[in-house]
Amino acid sequence: MERLQAIFIGFGLAVVLTVLPFAAVLGKWLPRDATLWLIAIAAVVQIGVHLHFFLGVGFTRKHRERLVTLLFAGVLLFFMVGGTLWVMGNLYWRMM
Amino acid sequence: MRAASETVETQMDSEAELGFWLYLMSDAVLFGLIFATFAVMATNYAGGPSGSDLFDMTNLALQTALLLTSSLTIGLAHHAVTEDRLGPTVLWMLVTVALGAGFLGLELWELAGFVAEGAGPGRSGYLSAYFTLVGTHGLHVTAGLIWALTLIAQLLVKGTGSREKSRLLRLSLFWHFLDIVWIGVFSLVYLPEFL
Repeated sequence: MERLQAIFIGFGLAVVLTVLPFAAVLGKWLPRDATLWLIAIAAVVQIGVHLHFFLGVGFTRKHRERLVTLLFAGVLLFFMVGGTLWVMGNLYWRMM
Repeated sequence: MRAASETVETQMDSEAELGFWLYLMSDAVLFGLIFATFAVMATNYAGGPSGSDLFDMTNLALQTALLLTSSLTIGLAHHAVTEDRLGPTVLWMLVTVALGAGFLGLELWELAGFVAEGAGPGRSGYLSAYFTLVGTHGLHVTAGLIWALTLIAQLLVKGTGSREKSRLLRLSLFWHFLDIVWIGVFSLVYLPEFL
């Protein structure tokens, strides 16, 4: 029963966090930069919602290994994606 | 004897679950690097069309709605199988397959349209990166659909045993993971083009 509740809470939050950026883009409520920030924040929060409510990532003992390996993947991504953007951004700037 | 073999099976399922989770993490690194490639290529149009010339909002909203709803239905399928209710399990899996197939159909239709307009992956660095990212996601969805159909057949033949439960758990993890990747795709690749 608890599991079913988590699915519906997660889905409800995901719908809100999806509709919000789409509505902001279509409605043009905010300046361009603010809309981009809204899209980015809604995406990060929604990824957190999916991880917690659908993929069972949390601080409880039950799936502790999921959290630990996810953090490890996060460290790898930080170095590889961050390094790629850093190097290529620097190259672009020098070629200007 | 029977109790002992069941314990061994539970142990094997939990190991398979961890192994599959580790695969998902490696897949997250793969997608992260394709996203980085896309970010580097984001303005390399080579005189060709940009996303704002190509993308269609209705198509994007439909694709996103289909994939997000399928995340709910695979969750409901997994919940039904833990309660040994075969009928609802198969039904929710069939709905998931239908939603996933709808998503994939819209994606293929969109990509085929771009190619027909002369905006294929060979047109510019931007379009190469776009087709790689969206195509890799689409291939994962295709694999998920084949897996889901296979599992539906297994469920119908073998019922809701512990092996089938474990397989459906792993399929639901895979499917939710693909929805997370799609959040990145519509937030980074599509939505900024409509501003």
